[in-house]
Amino acid sequence: MQEQIIFYAGFAVAAWLFVIGLYGIISSRHLVHLCLSLTVVQAATYVLLAVIGYRPGLPAPIFVGFPATSPAVDPVIQALMLTDVVVEATVIALLLSITVRVHRRTSSADPNEVDLMRG
Amino acid sequence: MAPLPVVIPLMVAAVLAGVGSRLPRRVLDLAALLTSAGVIVISMVLANASAHRVIVYWFGNWQPTAHSHFPIGICFMIDPIGAGLAAFTSLLVFAAFTFSWSYFESAKALYHILMLVFLAAMCGLCLSGDLFNMFVWFELMTAAGVALCGYKSEEGQSMQGALNFAVLNTVGAFLSLSGVALVYAFTGSLNMVEVGVTLAQHRLGSGFLCVAFLFVISGFLVKAAVFPFHFWLADAHAVAPTPVCVIFSGVMVELGVYAAARIYWIVFSQASMPSATAIRDLFFIVGSSTAVIGALYCFGQRHFKRLLAFSTISHVGVMTLGFAILDPSGLAGATLYLIGHGLVKAALFIGAGILLHRCGSVDEFDLRGKCRTLAPIGAMIVLGAIGLAGLPPFATSFGEKTIEAAASRAHREWIAAVLVFAEILTGAAVLRFAARVFVGWGASRELSLHGAPHIHTDQETTGRHSQVPIFMWGTMLVLLIAACAVPIPSSVRSGIGREIQRFETPAIYEDAVLYARSTEPQYPEPRTESLDFSLENGGVLVGMVLLAGLALAAGSEEFRAEGRVARKLLAIQMFFRRLQSGRVGDYVAWFTIGIAVYGAILVLLR
Amino acid sequence: MSHAWRVTVFLAGAAGIAVLFALVCRTLPGPLPVRNRYAEAINSRVYAQRNVTDAVSAVNFDYRGFDTIGEEFILFVSVLGSISLLRITSERTEGLLADAAEPSRDVPASDAISLWVLVMIAPKVLFGIYIVTHGQLTPGGGFQGGVILASAALILYVGESFAVFRKVVSWRLVELAEAAGAGGFLLIGMIAWFWGKPFLTNVLPLGKTHELTSGGTMPLISLATGLEVMAGFVLLLFAFLQETLTVRGEE
Repeated sequence: MQEQIIFYAGFAVAAWLFVIGLYGIISSRHLVHLCLSLTVVQAATYVLLAVIGYRPGLPAPIFVGFPATSPAVDPVIQALMLTDVVVEATVIALLLSITVRVHRRTSSADPNEVDLMRG
Repeated sequence: MAPLPVVIPLMVAAVLAGVGSRLPRRVLDLAALLTSAGVIVISMVLANASAHRVIVYWFGNWQPTAHSHFPIGICFMIDPIGAGLAAFTSLLVFAAFTFSWSYFESAKALYHILMLVFLAAMCGLCLSGDLFNMFVWFELMTAAGVALCGYKSEEGQSMQGALNFAVLNTVGAFLSLSGVALVYAFTGSLNMVEVGVTLAQHRLGSGFLCVAFLFVISGFLVKAAVFPFHFWLADAHAVAPTPVCVIFSGVMVELGVYAAARIYWIVFSQASMPSATAIRDLFFIVGSSTAVIGALYCFGQRHFKRLLAFSTISHVGVMTLGFAILDPSGLAGATLYLIGHGLVKAALFIGAGILLHRCGSVDEFDLRGKCRTLAPIGAMIVLGAIGLAGLPPFATSFGEKTIEAAASRAHREWIAAVLVFAEILTGAAVLRFAARVFVGWGASRELSLHGAPHIHTDQETTGRHSQVPIFMWGTMLVLLIAACAVPIPSSVRSGIGREIQRFETPAIYEDAVLYARSTEPQYPEPRTESLDFSLENGGVLVGMVLLAGLALAAGSEEFRAEGRVARKLLAIQMFFRRLQSGRVGDYVAWFTIGIAVYGAILVLLR
Repeated sequence: MSHAWRVTVFLAGAAGIAVLFALVCRTLPGPLPVRNRYAEAINSRVYAQRNVTDAVSAVNFDYRGFDTIGEEFILFVSVLGSISLLRITSERTEGLLADAAEPSRDVPASDAISLWVLVMIAPKVLFGIYIVTHGQLTPGGGFQGGVILASAALILYVGESFAVFRKVVSWRLVELAEAAGAGGFLLIGMIAWFWGKPFLTNVLPLGKTHELTSGGTMPLISLATGLEVMAGFVLLLFAFLQETLTVRGEE
């Protein structure tokens, strides 16, 4: 029962973060805000992963101090998440450097002020 | 042998990152050419070796144990289709490197590094048999693609293309990762075959499978630029350097369709949901809307690269239709179409690069009549238009005929109409461009190009602009010849047909991956279509020429919209042009509504 | 699209996506024995098969090491791309070094902060190295340790100035380190390949549990990854700081 509550709560948080992050991207008026909204969308996925990997009452999969074959939390999900978090930070850095270039040229970072490619 | 298509380009890229700034330019070019040539050879060897049994390669030697048969490592699941696509990818990368031999000075080998990493990621996507592994290669393709897209940026215009590319693909990637997480939350595995087996064993209701399927392939659909996720492609193409456009349109976008097809057939085809009818209906809608919309926008562009980008979108719609029939011959036709289209599109982009090199622009009106001296290039571009229109002897015509035959066997003759529409429009657009630029026909303003964006493109090359280097036009010629030559041996065509039959049989992969045994059922000999110039081909050719001529004639020096009908038409045209707004917020809104609608279709049709 | 239309379209789509998420909830989470298979397979074997106690690092560097290579290269490519977009080259940084003019700081340097930073840098670096080398024993590994090491460079800027940062951090060396980290991981994988085993097999002696040398290739991979992540983030820091200060200098 506890697991169900944690799962549904986590699921709801993930869905909410995803949607609100997308809303941030849509209504953004500054490119830095847009990149950070993308970070929120990423966070939604991480919350989802964390909730999926959870096993109630079990310890972390670091087998120090308790027998190595006893059950533990899912290590695969943690492995997926931890590399992803570090790596997506650099992808956001790539986007931020794009922001810097846009600002250098136009001295504005409004994503809505581009009409160069309409049509 | 199996990991080499991925490991070798990555290794060379790492070495170039360390020492590349000290090396002379030609050494970098040669290293890149050798690497991509090596990957071509290795992939062809792999394709040959896997012709009779699927090669399964377990990284870290983590084979499933003999008693539990549970995969705990990552595997490469190599069959001729995947290895063949990897070979095709590296062929186009090789062509891109040949073209860029005369390219501008690369900043510290960065261009070569990024292209090689891009190549490695695409090969990884073709060969992988693990869901998260495919996601990782997909992300690497996005990162390298964005870096390449913004590569030659001296003015801020190019940043718009790179930004739209990055944001849309990243959002799609994260929805894909969520889908993979959802699938993992039920099945406890990330190996595609294992997940497929588990999903088949459990009768699940209430739409979970439909949603999971849609989420997992959403990122790949964004990469494949299907409607309504297609908006970013045109912007990215308008600013990316020409060799990068060759790769984008030639193979990167098509790999999205491949990934979606692979995931469907291995993971979801045997599950209780989504049913085959639901998939067919969804992808018929996706494919036909993409084909029609791409073709319409293609005809209304004056920037050659954007024109070609929209035609890519249209042809991806055609390939999706081929997949949607869910018949081996439909997918075989789509594969042939992919190869033919990739080669022709690469040649056309190289043509755009040549125009940029000689005349400093790729805009139809800026170049009007200025390239009469480049008549051979013009002839090749016209040949490319014929290739795009699916006329013999190009491979696209085989693909088209196979798809249409499969469609009529499945009683969906309207697919042929969509194909013809797309072919006429895209072929006519390129014909019109060639006529206006190389012959000087048409006026300086035109009805169909009213309101088309005029985008300035910088020069990409150094050296004498009064000549066309042989590496440029030579590559273009070779690509066009290859596009005609590929379908000629019928062994190639029937080989593809046989391999697609295996592609659509998950049981074979199950045996190979989980149980390490190979079973080879007997397949009926696939039908191959003949290379005749059919009535339909004639119709397409006539339609193309007429439409191009009509467009050229319907312009004048002084353009005014007289009459209510004309004004109404122009208003409608401007409305649709405004939808392709160039603003990333709009694109993400389209993405959201697209996911919701496609999800609703899948769930309601189950 | 106008803003109002965009928000309307989005809200309709978001409502649909929320419904789709909710639909999934009726089936998830799946039955425990089925969805726990991967976790159980790894958890029950990691100690016996690889003599390590951290299952997460074992998954990252051994069982699913090939994914980690891909992720590492995403980092590699993104860093290179960011640097190129910001148009930072080593020639330009040498030029700025030679320039004697010091970019002005908004906030005057505080002696207390400088002292604290000087005190903290060595422990930070040591802690980072500890995390990197103990990846297979306790929570840690190349990714986390690399970020900690990069933060040592960051606080150097915070406590001192960008001029000191530029003098201490050699651009060329850090670039080489990044390439070495990426190539190193591939080389470790190739050792197995040359030995006739599949790429990235753990062919080194596994050592005794709870020791730094346990896990075979895992500590080496952790070192290579740590080097690459640290170098990548330091390059990013350098590039963005230079960008900010150049702009400010021009204003």
